[in-house]
Amino acid sequence: MTNSIQEIEDNDLIFVIGSNTKENHPIVALRMIKAVRRGARLIVADPRRVPLVRFAHLWLQHRPGTDVALLNSMMHVILKEELYDKEFIVMMTEGFNEEFRTNLEEYPPEVGEKITGVPKEKIVQAARMYATAEKAGIYYTMGITQHSHGSDNVFSIANLALMTGNLGKASAGVNPLRGQNNVQGSTDMGCSPNMYPGYQRVDIPAVREKFERLWGVRLSDRIGLTASEMTFEAEAGRLKAMYIMGENPVLSDPDVGHTVKALKALDFLVVQDIFMTETAELADVVLPGACFAEKDGTFTNTERRVQRVRRAVSPPGEAREDSWIIAELSKRMGYEMTYNTIEEVFQEIGMAWPAMAGMTYSRLERGGLQWPCPTTDHPGTRYLFKGGFPRGKARFTVVKYRPPAEEPDEEYPFVLTTGRMLFQYHTGTMTRRVPPIEVVAGEPYVEIHPDDALALGIKEGQKVKVVSRRGEVVVRARVTSRPDRGVVFIPFHYREAAANVLTSSLNLDPLCKIPELKVASVRLEPIE
Amino acid sequence: MITLIIDGKYVEVPEGATVLEAAREADIYIPTLCDDPRLEPFGACRLCLVQIKGMPRPVTACTTPAREGMEVTTTNDEIERIRRTIVELLLSDHPNDCMVCEKAGDCTLQELAYFYGLRENRFWGERRQYSKKDNNPFIERDMEKCVLCGKCVRVCEEVQGVSAIDFAYRGFRTIVAPAFEKDLNCEFCGQCVSVCPTGALVGKLSLGKGRQKDIKRVDTICPYCGCGCNITLHVSRNEIIRVTSSPDTLNEGWLCVKGRFGFKFVNHPDRLKRPLIRKNGRFEEVCWDEALDYVAERLKEIKERYGPDAIAGLSSARCTNEENYLFQKFMRAAVGTNNVDHCARY
Repeated sequence: MTNSIQEIEDNDLIFVIGSNTKENHPIVALRMIKAVRRGARLIVADPRRVPLVRFAHLWLQHRPGTDVALLNSMMHVILKEELYDKEFIVMMTEGFNEEFRTNLEEYPPEVGEKITGVPKEKIVQAARMYATAEKAGIYYTMGITQHSHGSDNVFSIANLALMTGNLGKASAGVNPLRGQNNVQGSTDMGCSPNMYPGYQRVDIPAVREKFERLWGVRLSDRIGLTASEMTFEAEAGRLKAMYIMGENPVLSDPDVGHTVKALKALDFLVVQDIFMTETAELADVVLPGACFAEKDGTFTNTERRVQRVRRAVSPPGEAREDSWIIAELSKRMGYEMTYNTIEEVFQEIGMAWPAMAGMTYSRLERGGLQWPCPTTDHPGTRYLFKGGFPRGKARFTVVKYRPPAEEPDEEYPFVLTTGRMLFQYHTGTMTRRVPPIEVVAGEPYVEIHPDDALALGIKEGQKVKVVSRRGEVVVRARVTSRPDRGVVFIPFHYREAAANVLTSSLNLDPLCKIPELKVASVRLEPIE
Repeated sequence: MITLIIDGKYVEVPEGATVLEAAREADIYIPTLCDDPRLEPFGACRLCLVQIKGMPRPVTACTTPAREGMEVTTTNDEIERIRRTIVELLLSDHPNDCMVCEKAGDCTLQELAYFYGLRENRFWGERRQYSKKDNNPFIERDMEKCVLCGKCVRVCEEVQGVSAIDFAYRGFRTIVAPAFEKDLNCEFCGQCVSVCPTGALVGKLSLGKGRQKDIKRVDTICPYCGCGCNITLHVSRNEIIRVTSSPDTLNEGWLCVKGRFGFKFVNHPDRLKRPLIRKNGRFEEVCWDEALDYVAERLKEIKERYGPDAIAGLSSARCTNEENYLFQKFMRAAVGTNNVDHCARY
């Protein structure tokens, strides 16, 4: 997030796109509701009538995968009606040129309506509401990113914010809501094939030399494989071994069949986890780790806030803290990692990345600190880009609408979109072992519009076979007008009907390799 | 800013503050049951009655806006007599079964009874009987212990935006209930449990697991989504029995169903307890030394034969920063590859 969660209260306008915030970031949604009660306007753009729609002044129900068309069309209106922030554009940005403007010409609201299914009046209204607000914040999640053109979607969001000067100030910005307790931290810490901790590129020699000095060892200058590429390389036999810590790619990655085949093709698979996950079942060695309540350390939340995690109970049996396991393995591989306390690791992070150099455990004791926090007297940073951008001027990007990689046809007439629901979490490793949660949300389902259900002869609660080009699952139908006609939704938490049996691992975003988990084509067959 | 005088003390507060807020600002204690600074003022419990110079009768501090020059008395014999009577009346229609109540030690009503030294009660008569059990799996609702402060109703509507419960019936028969007195069927965020001043609402997972004494409280961060909610784990005998959150945190004390009630996985019998190595197609338990030696040996072997880029690592968004840092350092410095990623894309 460029802003903070607390700043949501002071938004004049909240634009939520591709985020089921009330179910998946419930506490962020509470701030949005609070803002609406204080008079903020709320626009929700989502193919489904997600619970937050109840609080919205405007709901744009666009077809899955048409975000670029929707956003470009909004920007078309803003351009035509001259609602853009001329001063901000001149002072703070570059690329608001003929090419950018001509591209927007191609997306009048009529075209927007045709592609997205959102009535043109609503597109115009949304554009005006967003552009005329003093402090407008955009909030998005995987509904924007998990597409074969996910990067384009994000560029479009950035364009919209830049055009209206909604960046670099309090309560106005671009705010991806991170889906996991420490997914922000994992990225910050350099668990990326092209970046060391702190977004420092592995292919820049000076950066590499800095880390070689810090770690006292020669480092590789080759950019590594992304998670999705690892699966392909493993299947092709070029990747021989994998060490997977606290992840369950069998259920979370697209095309379960493909993932399982790839992991089985490895010569050696080590999985470190707290439960025997679907992934661990395929391993050669399983190492028992410790869960959040059994260790000390820090998590970084969606607003870049680094907070202390504290040990409350001891791990079961001989399970050990993951840091201990990694250090022991490293020693046996011939590279000593010697730390007396976990805080010494934290101090080393500060040496590797200046944005966390000002943090110490004692400073994090109450409430944590938001990076960048470069010195020990720095209060942390509530919102980013105050007074300027790291690259100088922010750049507009020309983005053209591209349809999803897979579109419905006669054989597979429905668009399947996947996601989470309130009660369960991710692949269910944790929540499915909480008995009361299983009582209220223990069974997988497919949401289908009443008209489609009627046409197919599907009744509420009936078992339905959902078939895609990759595979099939059997789930109960939940007949509801939450999705539009032609769209069905399956949550991906359930191993017994894994939504990712149906999704495709081939349709990756060319830039960041994210798979298109939000759009796949399926057909539905009622089972008697 | 406006200035008023409370118990002879000059207090400065911003325009729009209530007398109760002004008193708290000056560290003057006024008892309340229905007040929560995060909710709109309600004026239900009447315990915060104060006397204001020029007003004929005592008024509720929580609903009275502070005015310039106001002279407030928060305590004297008459006010305390009224407050004491209110508490007595509440106790006259209360099970008074503190010895078996889950809330004992953390109950505002119990505290007030203690404060006013109420052992005997001048009032007696019919008591509300409510035998209906709510069969929802998360929240125990005991309407006989309800003091009708309305905090649960208000938090559900004002904060959570759900309105799953409301007042039903009138007068003596008034209860808080879901529509048609059915079982509670809501988002189960448990916000209502967190604001309930008595034992009327408690988490079912905590029942009989231990009361306030001997509980170790540990402040940490929720392990689910990326909001980073601050939670307090209540631990008894190496088991998490309850999760709460303090109002002065970034999540203002609010949690969702997963954060508040989703902790049972921690001591689940399925937890992995010993390292496992697959031998002849089956997992066998081994000691740490054997497991670690074997992993290191195999990785070294593969690295020598195919080069370090034949090995890849997936780190975890569930693990700490420190562990993620060590994991990528292990892949880069010990193995020698940049093949390291995590689930940011899923």
